[in-house]
Amino acid sequence: MDITTELEGNILIARLAGELDIETVQAFREKVVPETERPGVKTLILNLNKVSFIDSTGIGAILGRYRFLEKKGGKVLLVGLKAPVKKIIKMAGLLEIMPEYSSEEKALNEIGEGRIA
Amino acid sequence: MGNHAHISMLSRSNNVGLARLAAASFASELDFTLNELEEIKVAVSEAVTNCIIHAYPLEEGIIEIDMRIEGEELIIVVEDKGVGIEEVAAVWQPNYSTKVEHMGLGLACIDSFLDRFELSSEPGKGTIVQMYKTPEKLKNRKEAIS
Repeated sequence: MDITTELEGNILIARLAGELDIETVQAFREKVVPETERPGVKTLILNLNKVSFIDSTGIGAILGRYRFLEKKGGKVLLVGLKAPVKKIIKMAGLLEIMPEYSSEEKALNEIGEGRIA
Repeated sequence: MGNHAHISMLSRSNNVGLARLAAASFASELDFTLNELEEIKVAVSEAVTNCIIHAYPLEEGIIEIDMRIEGEELIIVVEDKGVGIEEVAAVWQPNYSTKVEHMGLGLACIDSFLDRFELSSEPGKGTIVQMYKTPEKLKNRKEAIS
């Protein structure tokens, strides 16, 4: 799994590509988790546009970041969910607690307008 | 129509992708949609991941994946010889999990994406998960005829 991260103020943007399962979740833990734990980071925009597969292990990793950031008053925003990935995420109930956007720009605009972060 | 394939693999996380791709490839012999093949991939991924995390928590073991096509039905059996489950009834409770980082979603995925599945387990001997799925197109055709 390829993961890149970018910090914009107190917003962390993480872009994932590939399959998020028990094999690749370690990369998520190594690259995304420490970045969300930086002082000041409150919001995570998770761009899953290039994620082709996710299972409950991946869902658990995302939920872990949600729980961590929620305690700091932050949140997780999801971007670019492909149909198979969205199905699992929806089934797990993540869309009830994490807003979904079609692009990073729209997510960032929402944060700007709503002063979420 | 009938077919049979069997995979025996070590309980390593880098084998999970192989397991689900093999299952989807085998299942594609039936008239499943791409969406249904994705569901099969998720179910197999969950079953094999459970073996790695729960059945063999301390050392590697063998996971057997038996795939059959009987008539128009796909049957996938995932079996381990690991620690087994003490209270099989408890795993059906919503959000049941013995691991802090997990949320008990694995079996819910299998239950949701397949027609039915059966789980049997014995402490110290292992666990067997049997999963069944028939293409929706075929079910719809049968309903239309009847």
